Amino acid sequence: MDIPDKELIERDVNAYLEQHWRKDLLRFLTCGSVDDGKSTLIGRLLYDSKLIYEDQLAAVRRDSRLHGTTGTDFDPALLTDGLKAEREQGITIDVAYRYFSTSRRKFIIADTPGHEQYTRNMATGASNCDLAVILIDARHGVTTQTRRHSFIVSLLGIAHIVVAINKMDLVGWSQDVYEAIRREYNEMSARLESFKDVHFIPMSALLGDNVVERSAQMPWYQGPPLLRHLEQVNIASSRNLIDMRFPVQYVQRPNLDFRGFAGTVASGVVRVGDRVMVLPSRQTSRVKSIVTMDGELDYAFAPQAVTLTLEDEIDASRGDMLVPVNNLPFISAEFDAMLVWMSEAPAREGADYLVKHTTSMTPGTLARILYEVDVNTMRKREANGRLELNAIARVHLSMHRPLAYDVYVRNHATGSFILVDRLTNATVACGMIIARLSAPEQATPALQTDAAAAARNLTREATLVFRRDREALLGQRARTVWLTGLSGSGKSTLAKGLELRLTQAGRLCILLDGDNVRHGLNRDLGFSADDRRENIRRVAEVARLLNDAGVIVITAFISPYAADREMARGIIGDEAFREVHVATPLAVCERRDVKGLYAKARGGALTGFTGVDAPYEEPQSPYLRLDTDGREVDTCVSELYSRLLDDLAPER
Amino acid sequence: METYRLNHLQQLEAESIHIIREVAAEFRNPVMLYSIGKDSSVMLRLAQKAFYPGRLPFPLLHVDTRWKFREMIAFRDRMARELGFELLVWTNPDGIAQDISPITHGSEKHTQIMKTDALKQALNHYQFDAAFGGARRDEEKSRAKERIYSFRNRFHQWDPKNQRPELWNLYNAKVSPGESIRVFPLSNWTELDIWLYIRRENIPIVPLYFAAERPVVERSGNLIMVDDDRLPLLPGERPQMRRVRFRTLGCYPLTGAVESDADTLEKIVQEMLLARTSERQGRVIDYDGAASMEEKKKDGYF
Repeated sequence: MDIPDKELIERDVNAYLEQHWRKDLLRFLTCGSVDDGKSTLIGRLLYDSKLIYEDQLAAVRRDSRLHGTTGTDFDPALLTDGLKAEREQGITIDVAYRYFSTSRRKFIIADTPGHEQYTRNMATGASNCDLAVILIDARHGVTTQTRRHSFIVSLLGIAHIVVAINKMDLVGWSQDVYEAIRREYNEMSARLESFKDVHFIPMSALLGDNVVERSAQMPWYQGPPLLRHLEQVNIASSRNLIDMRFPVQYVQRPNLDFRGFAGTVASGVVRVGDRVMVLPSRQTSRVKSIVTMDGELDYAFAPQAVTLTLEDEIDASRGDMLVPVNNLPFISAEFDAMLVWMSEAPAREGADYLVKHTTSMTPGTLARILYEVDVNTMRKREANGRLELNAIARVHLSMHRPLAYDVYVRNHATGSFILVDRLTNATVACGMIIARLSAPEQATPALQTDAAAAARNLTREATLVFRRDREALLGQRARTVWLTGLSGSGKSTLAKGLELRLTQAGRLCILLDGDNVRHGLNRDLGFSADDRRENIRRVAEVARLLNDAGVIVITAFISPYAADREMARGIIGDEAFREVHVATPLAVCERRDVKGLYAKARGGALTGFTGVDAPYEEPQSPYLRLDTDGREVDTCVSELYSRLLDDLAPER
Repeated sequence: METYRLNHLQQLEAESIHIIREVAAEFRNPVMLYSIGKDSSVMLRLAQKAFYPGRLPFPLLHVDTRWKFREMIAFRDRMARELGFELLVWTNPDGIAQDISPITHGSEKHTQIMKTDALKQALNHYQFDAAFGGARRDEEKSRAKERIYSFRNRFHQWDPKNQRPELWNLYNAKVSPGESIRVFPLSNWTELDIWLYIRRENIPIVPLYFAAERPVVERSGNLIMVDDDRLPLLPGERPQMRRVRFRTLGCYPLTGAVESDADTLEKIVQEMLLARTSERQGRVIDYDGAASMEEKKKDGYF
């Protein structure tokens, strides 16, 4: 501890405690191997800031004579290597956590091992840190190891970097050496996107230069020593205060009058009165109160642990997520992620794992291993469907149920997950979600026209969001209900009734009516066989776009030709196309003649009229056949609605 | 104006509450180890906060070696009464049968049988699949390496070289029957944090932490309190009244007192901050060998 602190503690301990109470917290990791002087650096930080107790120091002096690597009777590294195997072998195997505070800040150091076989431990240590200290041996400059450490730190999204160029005493305190390493590092790290703030410090951890105290040997270095920098650096934290996400962790029901959702605000700010939606059920309500044992709050922010109550009786359970109604996360069962494989047993493409994401545990399939990244060169390489221990790869995961997530770079709390082996229960990987999907999969069925498009040098652009994502967002499955039948058969009446019924049931749908479309999009078309065909083609394309948007489409077109309807089926896709034959007999249609068209056609004023002087080809095996003759509109709408009910419900 | 800043203790508090809720939600049958010490008192307060306005959804377990300070036992029973939690007390029946004591059998055997074995028996007896402990990583070297969820095999052993990776706040609670997890919600707290939190929150603690006149004898550099007449006095030894207090609490013949005038929380903190020895210095059992704590943990000790 600082000397002024000591005086303050002696004089007025209450004043000191008030000061200590206000300190914030900086979690940082150190990367480098013992050869770089990492443990020495930490030992030095702890020792020089007077955080080593005499009994601990005596133990280190004793161990220094047994296992010390410095040839002296004080090896600061032995202060930090806690496991017996580590002390014996002089290496760091696992992450160790160290704690110290100065008058300005409290620090948690994640002391991580540097060897390649401990990449997973480094990722572990980095996951909760806001800053990384990367050690470089001044004699060796930027090495393979430096690249690896920098890449992992960047992968875990750390923005603040301190490059500690150590052992300056062994290169004659040379500014030229320092500058050369600095240039080399900047060049190497230019493509590491997470790095927002990179700071270089020349030092000698063993001798204490520029660790806590300024070095007298390097007057050319104008910046602060390491500890000063750590105290002062402004951490634009990885905390996201924009997108409110509240994963339900535990439901509190101490009595019949209280039903609270306990959890940690993963990101953003939640206020009493906010309108929130429960995912995946999509029920909405308002925040009634934010409860803590220390009193109710008006608002809570990440990472506070609180209990929310809602205005309405809503069923939500652990694993569900409360989000603002106007700021939803992605909801999808498919996503790409960067994965760090952490198990001795290799990863296999196609295998199922348990995915822990926020407070949910969901089975998922490691559908594809797209490529592996060589941590030493940062280059991509083929993975051949397998990942060994410490491999870093881009993968595609296919969950058995949709997840509510954000991408990791935007939101660490809702963009991170771990994989658990279903048999051994081991934590086998950690992952960081990337929104983009790797291939133009599953969004739309392949189209015959693709070949023609290719001939015109057109390629289909792969989108980042797919139909099933939007369907999940809307809580429905997109279908096109294609009503076909004679003029006057009741298609438009049925379609309007169905549109109203679906909307009332909370389904987002839209009616594409034949006449309406001909007033706008298709006003250049007549009623010739070719024009009718083009009319159908355009409508089918629009229906498909709307289906892609997750919307249910109802169409009401005579569409008399079986071939045209088959074309529509081809465009819309068999899985979404629902052909409904409104099979009211011609005589009934003609008797109704709402628009007076049959009369005109019979009188010869209209030619090419379906049923009069143009054919109607009946569907052979429609999804539903409805004869409206002598029946109430509501009865017919109900029959159609019930047939569709299960089909439109979201996937379980 | 709204501010979105938490100081370090508020951050630690939130982290601990998250861990405690996670365990209650994911394990079938968790228990909280209650050692009656200051760390246990803080852990208990955090658990109350985690489930407010509800009650603790798990019991507390005290492993009683029969050699705890009398004041500790009185404090324990008072807390259970006042806070209304379910308290389980376990003493190793074999240890009772053999009348194990730290005095006749030595600290190592006593700790093994009355603490480590007793704990394992209790966990097996009640079939707990998760047990909270109040250990902190700043206490001791091997603890600095231990995960927040520390996996134990069916023999309750810790394998330091084969720990589950633990990232973000995504804890892996999956265990097979017989296996269990020791959970350390205070992992990232330091001794100073504990005291500061006790002071802020007015958390009751055992009076032994405060300096008072107490009867002690001096044995190999340690001041041992004569808590009852079971402590045999060596030839020529006579209990002296000294103004002492305890930095940690354990079995009274194994816990050294320090001479002190610190009779308020502020004075305790002041003394601790200016001290040049660690709090475990008074713990005789830590010095049974260089990697002593690591060895004990591998064997199932907390």
